[in-house]
Amino acid sequence: MNNNITLKKQTKTILSIAAIAAILVLVYLTDDMGGNPMLITVIEKGAVYALVAASMNLLNGFTGLFSLGQAGFMLIGAYSYAIFTIPKNSHAAVYQYFDGGAIQWSIVEILESKMGIFGHYLGMLIPMIFAGLFVALIAYLIGIPVLRLKSDYLAIATLGFAEILRAFFQWNTLGPITNASNVLRKYTVYNNAVFPVIIAGLCIAFIVLLINSTYGRAFRAIRDDEIAAEAMGVNLFKHKELAFVISSFFAGIGGALLAMFQTTINATPFATTMTYEILLMVVIGGIGSITGSVIAAFLFTACSEWWLRGLDSGTWLGITSPLFRAGFRKVVFAVIIMLIVLFAAQGIMGTKEFSWDGFINWFRNLPANLKAWPEKHKAKSEAKKNEKAAVKAAKIKAKEDKKNSEAKRASGEKLFTPLETFDHVVVFDKEGK
Amino acid sequence: MKKVLALMVTLAMVLVFCVGCGGGSTAAWDPEGDTVTIGVFEPASGDNGAGGKQETLGVQYANKVQPTVEINGKEYNVKLEIVDNESDNSKAVTAVQNLISKNVSIVLGSYGSSVSIAAADALAEANMPAVGITCTNPQVTADCEQYFRICFLDPFQGTVLANYAWENGMKKAYCLSKLGDDYSAGLVNYFKEAFTALGGEVVEEQFPDKNTDFTSYVANAKKSGCDVFFSPVSIEAAVNIVDQAQAQDLGMPILAGDTWDSNMVTAAAKGTNVEVIVTTFYQEGGNPDFDNGIKSWMEEDSDALTNNGGNTDLAAVTAMGYDAYFVALEAFKAAGTADPSAVLAALPSLEVNGLVCGDVTFNETGDANKTEAFVKKCNNEKGAWEFLKKQAAK
Amino acid sequence: MGILQTWLPYILAGIAVGGQYALIAIGYTMVYGILRLINFAHGDVFMWSGLLMIYLITVLPLWLAIIIVIAFAIVLGTTIEKVAYRPLRSAPRMSIMISAIGVSYFLQNIALYVTGGLTKTYPNIGFLQKTVKIGSATTKMVTLITPILTIVLVVLLVLLIKKTKIGMAMRAVSRDFETSSLMGIDINRVITVTFVIGCGLAAIGSVLYFSNYTGINPMSGAMPGLKAFVAAVFGGIGSVPGAVVGAFVIGICENLIKGAGWTTFSDAFTFVLLIIILMVKPTGLFGEKNIDKV
Repeated sequence: MNNNITLKKQTKTILSIAAIAAILVLVYLTDDMGGNPMLITVIEKGAVYALVAASMNLLNGFTGLFSLGQAGFMLIGAYSYAIFTIPKNSHAAVYQYFDGGAIQWSIVEILESKMGIFGHYLGMLIPMIFAGLFVALIAYLIGIPVLRLKSDYLAIATLGFAEILRAFFQWNTLGPITNASNVLRKYTVYNNAVFPVIIAGLCIAFIVLLINSTYGRAFRAIRDDEIAAEAMGVNLFKHKELAFVISSFFAGIGGALLAMFQTTINATPFATTMTYEILLMVVIGGIGSITGSVIAAFLFTACSEWWLRGLDSGTWLGITSPLFRAGFRKVVFAVIIMLIVLFAAQGIMGTKEFSWDGFINWFRNLPANLKAWPEKHKAKSEAKKNEKAAVKAAKIKAKEDKKNSEAKRASGEKLFTPLETFDHVVVFDKEGK
Repeated sequence: MKKVLALMVTLAMVLVFCVGCGGGSTAAWDPEGDTVTIGVFEPASGDNGAGGKQETLGVQYANKVQPTVEINGKEYNVKLEIVDNESDNSKAVTAVQNLISKNVSIVLGSYGSSVSIAAADALAEANMPAVGITCTNPQVTADCEQYFRICFLDPFQGTVLANYAWENGMKKAYCLSKLGDDYSAGLVNYFKEAFTALGGEVVEEQFPDKNTDFTSYVANAKKSGCDVFFSPVSIEAAVNIVDQAQAQDLGMPILAGDTWDSNMVTAAAKGTNVEVIVTTFYQEGGNPDFDNGIKSWMEEDSDALTNNGGNTDLAAVTAMGYDAYFVALEAFKAAGTADPSAVLAALPSLEVNGLVCGDVTFNETGDANKTEAFVKKCNNEKGAWEFLKKQAAK
Repeated sequence: MGILQTWLPYILAGIAVGGQYALIAIGYTMVYGILRLINFAHGDVFMWSGLLMIYLITVLPLWLAIIIVIAFAIVLGTTIEKVAYRPLRSAPRMSIMISAIGVSYFLQNIALYVTGGLTKTYPNIGFLQKTVKIGSATTKMVTLITPILTIVLVVLLVLLIKKTKIGMAMRAVSRDFETSSLMGIDINRVITVTFVIGCGLAAIGSVLYFSNYTGINPMSGAMPGLKAFVAAVFGGIGSVPGAVVGAFVIGICENLIKGAGWTTFSDAFTFVLLIIILMVKPTGLFGEKNIDKV
């Protein structure tokens, strides 16, 4: 198929800018004009999870570090953001069990009083970046011991750290700062869905740039073969630590955005289940594809929060069934996920990324591909059939061979000449000898 | 040509987006139609799943008893839109958005305060009235003009429990709350304030979530020489606590709040010598018509029976759910419409009589004016609640 | 009251829960020893065994119910292996772990659907839940039975591994997967046997565990599962006696910490222990050193 086209760089830039602008304007207008609240919710939550999934993919998909600490890092991010943006007047109400808490100011308010509306947004950005940096610092410290561990040990150790962090944030002694078990609320949140979309978009763009840089290549070298990478002069620990810290930074920002989305936070939901959900998004999208993670995050959110809800309440797509009761949505969801894991391990995108060329060519080739599909399918099923037949034949042959050899053995014929054995070679070492 | 194609593609994406937006645009309530929709915002899974289901049962039964409402001389069918908030703050926002997008006129719920607090901002943004059924944390209504509730509050309940304990000669209390659960943390806090003010002494401990092993907590309570074991936690934990108390021979009464008023707790305490005392909203027998009606409904409807935990013993939250439904209907009538903002305007001055758990009027923060709580004790032989007394805060 | 008397209830509780963790931990350690896979679904098999018991006891006599529960756990475990792990055996290690997480998510959600999210109460098995008095402590019979039963089962298991042919095959496979398959050992059979033993013990563990802590919900398996895994790592993954020692250590420490008033961090402690052991002696107490091969 040689009718693929390659766009000029300039055209691509124009297209990208146009698409981004169109999406932003649409999101802004949808929210501003009071569009479907579920659509807006899915856009907001999807954007947050897209960022977190991309950050996890950077670690799991591109560096090959199987970390399960994402929820813990989001937790720190969410708290770091919320604590510093609760308005002064609300402290008494929020920290009602801790005499108004230890911190009596809000960055947003301080900056807003000095710089007006610009200060308001600056006041939201600063704690958000602080949240990211703080998480990065914690991740740096955790990384020093943990990153020396091998794959599954790393997974379980990061998971353990996330659980410890959660208990820590719920600790009564820290109550004046974290409000212990009680919810934090009233902190400054965005007022239009375009905010999380822009922030998440910028962060994801940064991740993509990082992956395409020399660092990104080093990360992939580590993923593909640690020992080879080390031999090629990649400093293993330094690069692992770098990937871990950067991934955590963005998880922290994602946590801050999630806090804004939820308008209240407490530590309980930031448990292993949340990490698993993010991991499943990464898997559905394709381990090693940022585009995939983004698409999967939106799909996952839309399905679990919106489209499949009918499965819980009796009627879905006009079908009513007594099977559709509380929890059925999650069963269907789990089945879909298992099917993807087992039969479509590539996920939606595999390791491919979005490009205008690919996008346009896909559409251009779609009619031809559709036309060719029955043939292809036929060929495929034919191949499968042949394979099956071959296996069957081989099995029958093996059975016959066995029978023959048994017959031969029965008649006293030697099947093969054993190799010479040497006394000093231990063929099989029994335990304890 | 190529550019045109690319533009077309972009345009197509834009169109898809617009359809997405336009498809479910929020039309206000349509008086010409024949239905009004009530949103039920309750957990059906997670930590509070059991209680949430029992509360939902009350609403469902009320809807069965009174499936229509007359607004401005026109009869409307009442439709329930039930959504599961999974006892999880991060799911609560989307759950309530889901209700708002389905054009409900009012939201009822939830069991468990933290999900209600989490949903408050979304409700405020949509200017959607909400009536809390058994969310007792003061923060639910404190800063949210849209949130009302028909139950008493934790400061009140904590004081009632402390008074009860003190009056019955208990001097030292072991307080157990769940880490990360603001309901139990709040109630323990108010109990502690009131109890120490009376001259009592308090030992405080917390258990992490998903914990089912209460052996050491019961041992700690015994070791500390307390007179009462106060643990206003979820039903899930309650069952395990009762079990351990029996195994280790706790030797002191267990005191708890409205969450423990459940047939699952009585089932666990049946045949043991564990003394369980709770404060609650309703005592079975308070309204025989309601009791018999809902029981026979549950016997007919196997789903309802399962959701109630397999038998027909009534929980107070079920009665409260029943009441909440009628409060909503009265609000529609008073507003003369089911438009959410008009319903919201009608709520503060609403007065509803003839309810199962007592009359409802709202104060300026939107809380029900309640002055008494029912104190009940578990009868270990029958495995059923016995009414002890009505206890006031003062 | 002496120190021992004050702490006796905690130590007893610790020994009991430690024995129950041990029975779960064996499944983790054996599977990891052979497949190098953290079987995240193991805790959920444990939870399902408990759940099934609740339904079975209403129609069957106790002894039959227990047998069926054990059989069910074995079938469930081996089916999971066949469906979710075997096809991915040559795939990267991350994929098979994700598959394990997926299975765990699946089992939990099915349980959520079946139970309707409500906590179910475990049936009262008379003699296990009888109250007994030991010194200053009062406890359930199951507390006493658990460590004895655990040790008996572990001794039997160790004998099986050391003395029988299949045990020898298991050791060979865990030493070197590929070579042993070249030596003519039926790898699939060995793996199936591993899952049979692991899940059977988990089912026995579930009877003991849930007799002590009677509430079961879909998440009931997650925490004991994680702790049992930590126990397996602590003892040196792949080593059966190590897992048992680790489980008792974790069970006892956890309860002593609660007794000392550090209840907020009782769960976190398990993970602190895990991280310390991974830092200090990554192969665990009884583990063997692994060398990376290029």
